[in-house]
Amino acid sequence: MERMTDNTVVLRNVSKVYRQNAIAVHALTEIDLDVPRKDFMCLSGPSGSGKSTLLNLIGGLDRPTTGEITVDGQRVDQLPKGELARLRLHKIGFVFQAYNLIPVLTAIENVEFVMQLQGVATAERREKALQILMEVGLEGLESRRPGELSGGQQQRVAVARAIVSEPSLVLADEPTANLDSKTAENLMQLLVHMNTEHNVTFIFSTHDKRVMDFSRRLIKLRDGRIVEDERRQ
Amino acid sequence: MLRAQPLLLTLAWRNLWRHRGRTAAILFALALGIWSMVALAALSRGSLEGQLQKAIGNLTGHIQIHARGYRDDPAIDHRMPAPDAALATALTDPSVRVWAGRVRVPAVIASERESAGVTLVGIEPQREQGLSFIGTAVTDGRYLESPGDTGLLLGRKLAERLETALGRRVVVMSQDVKNQVGDRGFRVVGIFDAEPEAIETAFVFVGRATAQEMLGMGDTLSEISLRSDDRNRLEVPLSTLRTVAPSLDIEPWTVVEPLLTLTEKIVNVILVIWYAIVFAAMSFGLVNTLLMAVFERTREFGLFQALGMPPRHILGQVLVESLILLAIALVIGNLGALATVHALRDGLDLSAFAEGMEYFGVSPIIYPALSVGDVTMANTLVAVLGLVASLYPAWRAARHVPIEAITRV
Ligand SMILES: Nc1ncnc2c1ncn2[C@@H]1O[C@H](COP(=O)(O)OP(=O)(O)O)[C@@H](O)[C@H]1O
Ligand SMILES: [Mg+2]
Repeated sequence: MERMTDNTVVLRNVSKVYRQNAIAVHALTEIDLDVPRKDFMCLSGPSGSGKSTLLNLIGGLDRPTTGEITVDGQRVDQLPKGELARLRLHKIGFVFQAYNLIPVLTAIENVEFVMQLQGVATAERREKALQILMEVGLEGLESRRPGELSGGQQQRVAVARAIVSEPSLVLADEPTANLDSKTAENLMQLLVHMNTEHNVTFIFSTHDKRVMDFSRRLIKLRDGRIVEDERRQ
Repeated sequence: MLRAQPLLLTLAWRNLWRHRGRTAAILFALALGIWSMVALAALSRGSLEGQLQKAIGNLTGHIQIHARGYRDDPAIDHRMPAPDAALATALTDPSVRVWAGRVRVPAVIASERESAGVTLVGIEPQREQGLSFIGTAVTDGRYLESPGDTGLLLGRKLAERLETALGRRVVVMSQDVKNQVGDRGFRVVGIFDAEPEAIETAFVFVGRATAQEMLGMGDTLSEISLRSDDRNRLEVPLSTLRTVAPSLDIEPWTVVEPLLTLTEKIVNVILVIWYAIVFAAMSFGLVNTLLMAVFERTREFGLFQALGMPPRHILGQVLVESLILLAIALVIGNLGALATVHALRDGLDLSAFAEGMEYFGVSPIIYPALSVGDVTMANTLVAVLGLVASLYPAWRAARHVPIEAITRV
């Protein structure tokens, strides 16, 4: 039980098998993983190695075939749908590779969106959203719609939204995949900054070597198995 | 849910602006449907009202009193005595606005050239004013001056048919109280116009005393017709009259003219069918539009789910979108219908399309009549059933979106 409080994420013997017609695709096989609080962890591996599957399972967007997954002390593999939605709303921030934002809402409204669902009062959420947008370097662009922002700016809004309500965990699936290397590097610096400034655990995936170098812990996946777990610096 | 309402409203509203053309098209279709529902209701209600008023004005009145048997066989044998003291008092009750006693028997009218079967009506000219059409229908010559007037009023159409004219003499024959044919010559003192035209050939009018004398009726009558204040609230005068004259046949217009009540029912059925057709078309368009919007936003709904938005909010968002569409369409459609009714306040003349209809008592000029009931019914139907129909697309949106839909680039 002690581990649970130390670790934001705990996986025990997690496997995921997709069945396509008669063929079983073993996307993840017997994964054991502890992610301590405030960790800044990278999932790496070639395309198809199971990075997205792992992130989706941790985020409760999909369920494991077998095994236990605990996030912030809650068994996400067992939670009913409604509870899972609540867990995501309050404890987990997501950053996807693209199309993270709601097109009809402005940057600041996208950031406020989650807080609005949480029921945070208008004035408070406006202030927090302005604050975090400044922190991610988007001051002055608050009222732009996603279509009026560059890819890098959109990802920054997504990061701002993921972090603004101080979740326990941020999951970012290839957040830099659609960005040029300079923009990708800036975004990673932002993530590092967020990880140190806010009390949040980060798990992100990439197959870009330079992006991996920002991590403090690098996990290599191959064919759905962890083949390497490396602490850095 | 309440907390999220401004958010849902914002999302729904802005999403409607995403495809202006499509939103405008569905709004137009919905508004057109509502317009057609309300406008058609006003027109058919107006037409019905016109028919009712005309029928009531064409001698029926609100309540008729006869001797028993007259309505089955309107012959001179089924005559009734002049009102006794009790009935006369009851007829002075404030609930009776106007009343008149009439002689009304089958007769044959003949000119030098032609003859025709008609109903001979003996009237008290002053009392018919405000009671039936004849008080104001004479357009050539003069109206009758007293019950003892020896002139005759002839419908324009009948005058043509008899090839006679104002100032000429005609002979009227009818069975008298002794079962003998009584006849009498009359001078045509007035020509009347009436709608429907059938009235012009159906009735000829003479002074009541003259008719009574011609047929040997003394002071007996064929019918008493009266008007109250509201044709739909006749229970009180009916029961008063029936109490004082239990031996007489006293019936409201709904019984005397069962066809009118039937027409009203038919109009209601036609309206309901029309509402159903229009609504089916409207909801089909609405559901299609919403489904299109939902399908192209699958990724967004997936994103909502990933971010922890409860499915009921997603459902709510689509319903709010539908509600906004419906509300705007209702406003436009109703305003359009109001404008139409206002534009047609001087009557919609269908005579070009409706020759012959007139003969059967359907006026070719319709004065639209908006009824609160019809408008409420159309609006409620569209709003409530529209929302119910939107539940399906909303449910499609709120269903679990496979994770690939969100993460696929
Ligand atoms: N919904 C699915 N149905 C069937 N197979 C899937 C599905 N999602 C992923 N897979 C398979 O699971 C494996 C891991 O995929 P994924 O987690 O997306 O890898 P990565 O993100 O590392 O590229 C791949 O072989 C992929 O084809
Ligand atoms: Mg992937």
